[in-house]
Amino acid sequence: MTALASCAGATKRFGDFTAVGDVHLAVRPGEIVGLLGANGAGKTTLIRMLLGLTATSAGRVELFGEPPSRQTRSRLGYVPQGLGLYDDMTPVENMQFSAAVFGSGTAASLPEGIGEYATELVGSLPLGVQRRVAFAQALAHRPDLLILDEPTSGVDPLGRARLWETIADAADGGAGVLVTTHYMEEAQECGRLVIMADGRVVAEGTAAQIVGSGQVVLVQAESWSAAFGALEGAGLQVALAGRSLRVPGADPAVVRLALGDMPATVRQVPATLEERFFELSSQRQQA
Amino acid sequence: MREPETGPAGTNWGATELYVSHGRTVALRGVSLAAPAGQVTAVVGGDGAGKTTLLRCLAGSLGPDSGTVRRPPKERSGYFPASSGIYEDLTVAENLDFRANGYGLPRKAGRDRAAEFLERAGLSGVAGRLAGHLSGGMRQKLAVIAAMLHRPDLLVLDEPTTGVDPVSRSGLWWLIARAAAEGCAVVLATTYLDEAERCTSVLVLDGGVALASGTPDQIVSAMPGALRAVPAKPAGDEAALSWRRAGRWRLWDPAGLADSAEHAAGRPPAGSANGAIVPDLQDAVTVAALARQSGVLTGGAA
Repeated sequence: MTALASCAGATKRFGDFTAVGDVHLAVRPGEIVGLLGANGAGKTTLIRMLLGLTATSAGRVELFGEPPSRQTRSRLGYVPQGLGLYDDMTPVENMQFSAAVFGSGTAASLPEGIGEYATELVGSLPLGVQRRVAFAQALAHRPDLLILDEPTSGVDPLGRARLWETIADAADGGAGVLVTTHYMEEAQECGRLVIMADGRVVAEGTAAQIVGSGQVVLVQAESWSAAFGALEGAGLQVALAGRSLRVPGADPAVVRLALGDMPATVRQVPATLEERFFELSSQRQQA
Repeated sequence: MREPETGPAGTNWGATELYVSHGRTVALRGVSLAAPAGQVTAVVGGDGAGKTTLLRCLAGSLGPDSGTVRRPPKERSGYFPASSGIYEDLTVAENLDFRANGYGLPRKAGRDRAAEFLERAGLSGVAGRLAGHLSGGMRQKLAVIAAMLHRPDLLVLDEPTTGVDPVSRSGLWWLIARAAAEGCAVVLATTYLDEAERCTSVLVLDGGVALASGTPDQIVSAMPGALRAVPAKPAGDEAALSWRRAGRWRLWDPAGLADSAEHAAGRPPAGSANGAIVPDLQDAVTVAALARQSGVLTGGAA
């Protein structure tokens, strides 16, 4: 199946600095792809290249089988982190304006439950309502490709589940979706993940494939704070989880030794996606 | 052995039965929170849930209409974001020097502590940079360091990790753990449940009301009814009681019975042919919100 968006060896240099280096990526119809990376990993530059806002230094970037252009832009729906709505217009006016820009004639109707806000200025609406308007606006022209930047930031868990239903419905209808996020809860909603670090793709696959057989050491001590001090003192990287401590990338025997005669259980447990992500990001930085 | 988990008497900070209104809007309706010393307590909810209002009451920058707040004197608290937090035209090191001086810390002790925190949070390379030139994540870390530099008894952090990438988030979590390990009561607001799951106890707010509270395990075991996987979005009334998570549909049965033994063991029931799902914190909080919204357990009060 032809990719809706594709990068082949996509590279962007700013002087000596390579912001995006040799990235291969494809988003196909019906697919939700999550793009993860720390700040400075190159995600934003890559998105700008896909949107046609930043020219490539080398390699190829295509939207719908051709270089990004004004025509390809009309087949794309984009919800930026700041939502991209006009604060001093009402939801209806925002939708009408967007419909005019995309040449789709009449504006789509407002989503369910938003009707009561139809005549209020967007800037005065609760953020959750603004977010739903932004989604409705981005989806109104039935785009083939959706690009979403942290789509459910600041949304409560049920509201987040409902927004993800909207995203999944668009994908089930054949749209391709590219989501950037810093949150693993959102990442778990994506069918496939691409992790970038330092301008490169460092991992790709489902969340389970990326975590793989990665493990961390779990420490359950009578006093977590005393254990924290001991492990810190030994130069280990320690993270708190409830009353337990998690030590990534360490040998259980080294951890046990650092705890001395402290009463504690020490065992290996599967790493989380966030722990694996952190490991991938820091390996690349050290390289 | 140091046991700050059970800190000295009188260090159980928190709030009881808070009511706060902003004009005609009621921001908190009878919300209580315990913030024991040496523990990290999470306040979870979406925008407008009442998190910031509760945290401002704890920090003493907002007085409730009724209810009581137990907090240490202002100089023994730390608050992020502090309104006059960080000076953009001072360097990172100058900001912390200035703060340490303001707290009355001995010069050397203050500098050593600041240097250790900067190192641990991955900021030692930017100690000489103007605070106004820091990235978002670096700025948040600096503000948290400034708030905990004086070893406060209560540290109140309003969404310290929002908008922060996972690498900076890890640095922030080290600071949070360090504060708690020193015996500080830490209260932090977040919109993400995977973060709340790392805290000792959790308060879930929705529309100014407490939806659930307790340790993550307690909240999960208190979930009413049962959850099961369904192949597609159900039709009719059940649609409102279902949601999609990680590509699969879940249906909440308010009258269903969870298998408590399996539940406690934390693994899927043996006879999972009926699609029974062992809930986690995210499920339990979603169910609490569904119950409130649909009025299932509250006699129609939406």
